Amino acid sequence: MNATVLTKTYEAPPVDEREILRYSGVKPTSTASESDIAALKELMNEMLSESASVLTYKVCYATLPVSTDGNTCDFGAFKVASKNLSKKLEGCDSAVFFAATIGIGIDRLIAKYNHVSPAKALMLQAVGAERIESLVEIFCDELESSVGPVKPRYSPGYGDLPLEFQRTVFSLLDCPRKIGITLNESLFMTPSKSVTAIVGIKNKCFIEEASENGSEKPGLKSNQKHHCGECRLVTCPFREV
Amino acid sequence: MEKYMTFRDFLINNIVYLDGGMGTLLQQKGLKPGEFPETWNKSHSDIITDIHRAYFDAGSNVVSTNTFGANSLKFSGSELEEIIRCAVENARAAAKLSSSQKEKFVALDIGPLGRLLKPLGDLDFEDAVDIFKKTVALGVKYGVDLVFIETMNDCYETKAALLAAKEASDLPVLVSNAYGEDGKLMTGASPAAMVAMLEGMGADAIGANCSLGPRQLKNVMMELLENASVPVIMKPNAGLPRFENGKTVFDVSAVEFAGDVRELVEKGVRLIGGCCGTTPEYIKELNLKTKGMSPAPLTDKGITVVSSYTHAVKFDATPILIGERINPTGKKRFKQALINNEMDYLLGEGIKQQDKGVHILDVNVGLPEIDEVSMLTAAVCELQAVSDLPLQIDTASPEAMEKALRRYNGKAMVNSVNGKEESMEKVFPLVKKYGGLVVALTLDETGIPATAEGRVEIAKKILAKAAEYGISSKDIIFDTLAMTISADKMSANVTLEALRTIKNDLGCHTSLGVSNVSFGLPQRDAVNSTFFALSLFNGLSAAIMNPYSVDMMKAYYAYKALRGLDDNCSDYIKNADSFATVPAAPAQPQTGSAASQQAQGTPGSSASAASSSAASVATESPLMFAIVKGLKERATELTKELLKERKPLELVNDEIIPALNIVGEGFEKKTVFLPSLLMSAEAASGAFEIIKAAMPLAKEAAGDKPKGRFVIATVHGDIHDIGKNIVKLLMENYGFDVTDLGKDVPPEVIVEKVIEIHAPLCGLSALMTTTVPSMEETIKQLKEKAPWCKVVVGGAVLTRDYAESIGADRYCHDAMETVRYAEEVLA
Repeated sequence: MNATVLTKTYEAPPVDEREILRYSGVKPTSTASESDIAALKELMNEMLSESASVLTYKVCYATLPVSTDGNTCDFGAFKVASKNLSKKLEGCDSAVFFAATIGIGIDRLIAKYNHVSPAKALMLQAVGAERIESLVEIFCDELESSVGPVKPRYSPGYGDLPLEFQRTVFSLLDCPRKIGITLNESLFMTPSKSVTAIVGIKNKCFIEEASENGSEKPGLKSNQKHHCGECRLVTCPFREV
Repeated sequence: MEKYMTFRDFLINNIVYLDGGMGTLLQQKGLKPGEFPETWNKSHSDIITDIHRAYFDAGSNVVSTNTFGANSLKFSGSELEEIIRCAVENARAAAKLSSSQKEKFVALDIGPLGRLLKPLGDLDFEDAVDIFKKTVALGVKYGVDLVFIETMNDCYETKAALLAAKEASDLPVLVSNAYGEDGKLMTGASPAAMVAMLEGMGADAIGANCSLGPRQLKNVMMELLENASVPVIMKPNAGLPRFENGKTVFDVSAVEFAGDVRELVEKGVRLIGGCCGTTPEYIKELNLKTKGMSPAPLTDKGITVVSSYTHAVKFDATPILIGERINPTGKKRFKQALINNEMDYLLGEGIKQQDKGVHILDVNVGLPEIDEVSMLTAAVCELQAVSDLPLQIDTASPEAMEKALRRYNGKAMVNSVNGKEESMEKVFPLVKKYGGLVVALTLDETGIPATAEGRVEIAKKILAKAAEYGISSKDIIFDTLAMTISADKMSANVTLEALRTIKNDLGCHTSLGVSNVSFGLPQRDAVNSTFFALSLFNGLSAAIMNPYSVDMMKAYYAYKALRGLDDNCSDYIKNADSFATVPAAPAQPQTGSAASQQAQGTPGSSASAASSSAASVATESPLMFAIVKGLKERATELTKELLKERKPLELVNDEIIPALNIVGEGFEKKTVFLPSLLMSAEAASGAFEIIKAAMPLAKEAAGDKPKGRFVIATVHGDIHDIGKNIVKLLMENYGFDVTDLGKDVPPEVIVEKVIEIHAPLCGLSALMTTTVPSMEETIKQLKEKAPWCKVVVGGAVLTRDYAESIGADRYCHDAMETVRYAEEVLA
């Protein structure tokens, strides 16, 4: 098994406007005037076009072997204790570690508008959130089409997988050098619009699981919106349970 | 080991062969994923020595020690020393063992720290300098011949590393950056920007390594060659890695690689080697392919340039505009902002001037009431977080100048030095050390000469003195001093003549503070813009000017078009709209009519609560309407007009506050979304700003009297501040006296401020679980030392229970809830 880190650069993924509005705080259920929505869309489009030229879409990744006993995941070079991740990697014999970012440019724009227009800063924040999610979606789609069905991605800090594990992911992927993501002492990533995650791979695993568990359908994508029910952040404004 | 020449001598006369990859070879030898390669200097010294030796044997003149990540962030003091000692020993042993007859040198290799510097990251610039210094000092102690700073992908960190190398050693320093496919560093700097900064600071050679193969790196190399006067380094990857039969291979072969690199040696590259994926075979091929070639001659490109962390601004035929508005002289509101430490006001001036099209921002915060030394550095750092324009550091205090230059990210413009011995002795060493383009005023101990000849003589004296410090004439830009024509009718002529002579006879660039020429006259813009055009015609390279002046901008664009500096007059045409005189907005626009509502984008049929309220207020108050709809410019204009007839407090109480209430209540009822709430809040801020300017002494402008003091901060370790800024904006709107301490604020700083202003309420924000402990610590200290102060907390990971468990008085889910709580507490 080779742990060489590969990098990929992507074109801008298609924009999901509804997601941007949702991240900006627009709730689909609430009643707002059409003119308010139109004004927000205008703001969104302004921020999309202002940020477009500074966004870069980069991913770096490496594949490691994995085995798990239900409590601990063993990746050969290192191990991590996590029942949740073990569950996600059950039946997989390898796992792809990846890191993705849309670059530092949007952080600079957010910093600028933080001082002159918090509304624009908020909207840019939402644009960035949607852009990085869309990038990750594309990467996982590609992964799926090259290696077959993959498990839903899982990130350090989800469930019982410690955020501390981020350090291991970073030393494995050499993120600063490969795609320019750095990790600070509080385990924040910069650029802020960055994602790291682990995706389990085994061609058969999905189908087997799907037959055991009616709620999961075969071919379910790794990038499928994560299950809010699994998340411990109960105050999350985007929680849907 | 014996050596007949130093590396600097060798560099001047030779093509220098560097080494190739280390990491890839170590992986082949069994280095595990995540294992630190530096530890192998001790544990596998034989393998490391063999690799170095293979490079010397293949024809490398310089091998870099295996110390890419050897820094005190990763290793303890004793570990670090042991690693560097072994690393240098291994390289020295390899040089002895090698059969190569070539000149051999050992470079201390320094890679990036893996952490991003403030303001985007959390590592302080000075901490980064100290970390690099420790590594450099150990390299010096164990006897390296030179320092090689490489693979740096951030401009600021590169500066920290070079500064450390210069402060901790006298060794030659090579600096090489990792450029991406877009030809920029990860944080956005262009090759020209890097050359400007690094040459200014005295790097011995500058270049590019890693990231890409030699062919993809060609454009970057060409840009480096065009701009650099020092030797240029090229150390590319062997193309891109891919898997083949379970092994990693790189897609450019040694022969291909050497051929591609040779092409660039022909263009002028003088230091060559390889990075990831390259092996001794590649270095051998490089030697074969370039055998017998002589190095391109070194020429001073003579480029006058400044830079920011993204781009370089060159002084050539096209004149440069330097925005003068960040300066308290004669500006009441600006003075007030400095005294109140309202950094946002200063930053807003920077952003507005950039929008007007200036190329450089002058930064002057000299005011007797404040500590200029700390304020100037703070202003420079904060401006660099919001604007990518190069800055002109404008101060009479050498101490303030040094601190700001040291922290500046790029090559700054320095304003100013003059012909007085004392001034030159203080300023030139700073320019030499930190780099910079210095504005030199043509005055000296005898004052400002009345004649052009006198000013030119001073210019010559300044050039001679600068040369003694090793500063070339390309880094001096002369200001021949515009003086008001109201005092001396010939003064403009003298200034222009001196300008022309310096430009033509001394071959130097020039700059003027144009506006001085009209001091004491009415309609100053007319005089200024004409003088500006005359100066440009006489060779002015740059003007410190007011970009808000339509007349000045007209003169600038018209001049460029007339002088053949604007292809197809496209800049002129693009900006021509803004030259038209804008009629003032009518005080009472037609309101209530269907036409005006549609113009504001409000369908008459809207049923929602906020909008129907908005529609009803529109008939009574256009200002309320503008605020409710979040139309900032409109709200600002209307406030200006309304103030002509009505009292500020009346506007606040009868229009602005009620409008905010409509939106705030809409938000609480979930009929108004957060971004709409913010747009309204910004519109209200626009109105408040006008009111403040109208009554500069009254902070009470925002209400009958301040409702109470509120200190807000994002806690230590946390760098995300959007949420905090939203709360701040709303609290200010509702008339609270807000002190914003920013992000990543240590507990002590918060406690100190709360005590200092005896704040009854303090707001803390934290985004992640990892920073909640520092929130808890802050609350603990507040409760101990400022028990009167209530603490309200917010942030993504917090809940009511969590907030209670860390001792907060209250958790608020959003900004409106915080406003309501504050009204409760401070009632």
